[in-house]
Amino acid sequence: MKGQQAVRLHPDHKLKSVKQSLLMKDIIRDRWLYLILLPGMLYFVVFKYVPMLGLMMAFENYQPHLGFLNSPWAGFKHFERFFTEPQFWTLFRNTILLAIYNLVFFFPLPIILALMLNEVRQKLFKRFAQTLLYLPHFVSWVVAVGIFYILFTTEGGIVNEFIAKLGFEKIPFMLSEDWFRTMIVSQSIWKEAGWGTIIFLAALAGVDLQLYEAARMDGAGRWRQLWHITLPAIRSTIVILFILRLGSFLDTGFEHIFLMLNSMNREVGEVFDTYVYMKGLTQGQYSYSAAVGLFKSLVGLVLVLGANWAAKKFGEEGIY
Amino acid sequence: MLAEQKHWSNRLFNTINYSLLILVSVVTIVPFLYIVAVSFAAPAEVAKGGLLLFPTEFTLGAYKYIFSTDTMFKGIGISIYVTVVGTFINLVLTSLTAYPLAKPGLRGRRLFMLMILVTMLFSGGIIPTYFVVKAFGMINTYWSLMVPTAISAFNLIVLKNFFQQIPDSLEDSAKIDGAGDLGVLFRIVLPLSMPAMATFGLFYAVGHWNTFFNAVMYINDSEKFPVQVILRQIVLLSQDQIGDTTSQQDPTDYLPQTIRMASIVVATLPIVLVYPFLQKHFAKGVLLGSVKG
Repeated sequence: MKGQQAVRLHPDHKLKSVKQSLLMKDIIRDRWLYLILLPGMLYFVVFKYVPMLGLMMAFENYQPHLGFLNSPWAGFKHFERFFTEPQFWTLFRNTILLAIYNLVFFFPLPIILALMLNEVRQKLFKRFAQTLLYLPHFVSWVVAVGIFYILFTTEGGIVNEFIAKLGFEKIPFMLSEDWFRTMIVSQSIWKEAGWGTIIFLAALAGVDLQLYEAARMDGAGRWRQLWHITLPAIRSTIVILFILRLGSFLDTGFEHIFLMLNSMNREVGEVFDTYVYMKGLTQGQYSYSAAVGLFKSLVGLVLVLGANWAAKKFGEEGIY
Repeated sequence: MLAEQKHWSNRLFNTINYSLLILVSVVTIVPFLYIVAVSFAAPAEVAKGGLLLFPTEFTLGAYKYIFSTDTMFKGIGISIYVTVVGTFINLVLTSLTAYPLAKPGLRGRRLFMLMILVTMLFSGGIIPTYFVVKAFGMINTYWSLMVPTAISAFNLIVLKNFFQQIPDSLEDSAKIDGAGDLGVLFRIVLPLSMPAMATFGLFYAVGHWNTFFNAVMYINDSEKFPVQVILRQIVLLSQDQIGDTTSQQDPTDYLPQTIRMASIVVATLPIVLVYPFLQKHFAKGVLLGSVKG
C-alpha cells in the first residue's frame, strides 16, 4: 500500500532517480527487517569473511602484533616450501587415500541401508531399527573414538581378548599403521551411516505407490521393482550428495582423525588439516600453515564446482 | 498382494532383509549396552572377560571415583552453561536473520543469500579464524565456544525456507490490524514455528554439548575445560595414570577400564535423555527445508 505512493511519477524526474527513491522507500519501509538482519550478517562478515581476508597471511610473514594488514609480504615463499617439502607427498597420500576409502566404503552404505529400510513393511520394526541406527550420530567423536578404544585396545579390550582366546596374537588396532584407515572408516560407518539414510528415506517417501502396483501387474518381482522404480527415484538425491561429498572430499573428518592420531600412526594418519593445526597453533608457524590451509580449501572448492559442472552436463540438477 | 507374499523368492527377500537389518541394529547398539553394563559391574566379574551385558553384581565404584574430584563436576557445569547460553544465542540470531531473508520483497536479499551460501563452499580455515577470535579477546573465555559458531548457514537456510511456507495471508491480516514487521515475527511467525525452533534448538544444543575441537583450540586453562575435553583426557590420553592416584576410594572397587566406561556414560547421558525428543522432531526438521524457496 505504501509502495503505491512511490510509483507516482514526477515528469521532471529522470527514471534513475525514480528508481533510487523507490529503493529508498523500500529500505525505509523495511527498516526493522534490516535492523534484525544486521547482527546475523555481521556474524558472517566477522567470523567468515574476515578470516577469508585473513588468508592474505599465507603470502606474508605474519606477526601477531602487526596483524593481517601490516605484516611484511613474503610472496609465494610458504607455498614453495610446502610443495617441496617431502612431507607434502605423505600428507597428500594420506588425505587422498582416506577420502577415497570414505567414498568407496562409506558413501554407498546409507543408500543400501535406506533401500533396506524402505522394503520393510512392518512400521513398528522400521521405527525401532531407525531409532537404534540414528543414535550414534548424536554422540561426540570423543565418545565414539573412546568406545572403539575400549573395545579394541590390547589391554583388556574385548575384541583382542576374543582374538587371544582363539589362539591368535593380539592386534594393536588403535596404535598400528596398518589398521589406521580401517579403524577410521569403521568408526565413520558406525557413527554416521544410519543417520545418512534420512535424506534417502525422505526421497523414497515421495515415490508414487501406483508405480509399484503397475510393476507388480506386469509381473515384476521385488528386485526388479527396486532396480527400476526405487533406485531411479533417489538418483538425483544420490548425485547431489555425491557432489557435496566431493566438496568436502579433503575434509577428512578433522576432529575424528585428531582424536585417533598418536605417535605410532602419525605416518599414515597425518592429513592436511591436522598438519595445519600442528604447524600453526602448536608450533607457531602461522603463515606457513595458513598457506597449507588455503591450498586445501582451494582444491576442495575446485572439486565441488567441477563435480557440479559435470553433474549438470549429464542432465542432473546440481546443487545450484 | 497375497499371492506375492506367498511366493518363495519374496519370502527369501524379506528374511534376508530383516535379518540384515537386525544384525546392523545390534552391531550399532551393543557397544553402548556393553559400556553401560561394565561401568556398573564389579571388578571381579569384569576381570573374567567376555561380552558382559547383564552384570549380576552392581557397584557404583567407578562413578564414585570419577566424582571424587571436582574435575568432572566442573566440566559438566561448564558444558551445561555453554549449551544453554550458546543455544539461546543460536536460536535468537538464526531466527532474526532468517525472517528478513524470507521476505521476497527485501532489497538486497539475493546478495545476502549469496554471501551466506559462499561461506558453505569456502572458508578461511582454522588459522585466520583463530586470530579473529583472539582479536576479540575471546581466548580462554566461554564466548569462544559460543560466538564463532553462532549461526549455522545450513540451519539458517532451512529455517528461512520454513518461514516462507507460512501463508502470507496470516501476516497480512496481522498487518492490517496494525502490527509492524517485528510484531508479526514475534506474535505470528515464531509461535507458528515452535516445532522448527525446537528441532534446531536440539541440534544446536547437541553440537554445544559435543563441542571438542574449538575447546582444544581456544581454551588453554584446564579449569575451563568442557566435558568432552575432560573425557578425552580420561579415556584416550591417560593410559595408566588412572587407578593409582591418591583418591580416597577403595581401589578394589573399580578398574581403569570401568572408569573410562563410566566417564563415557556420564558424558553421553544428556544426549540419550534428549534423544526421544530429537527423534520425534528431527525427521521433520531435516525435511523442513526440502521445499525450495
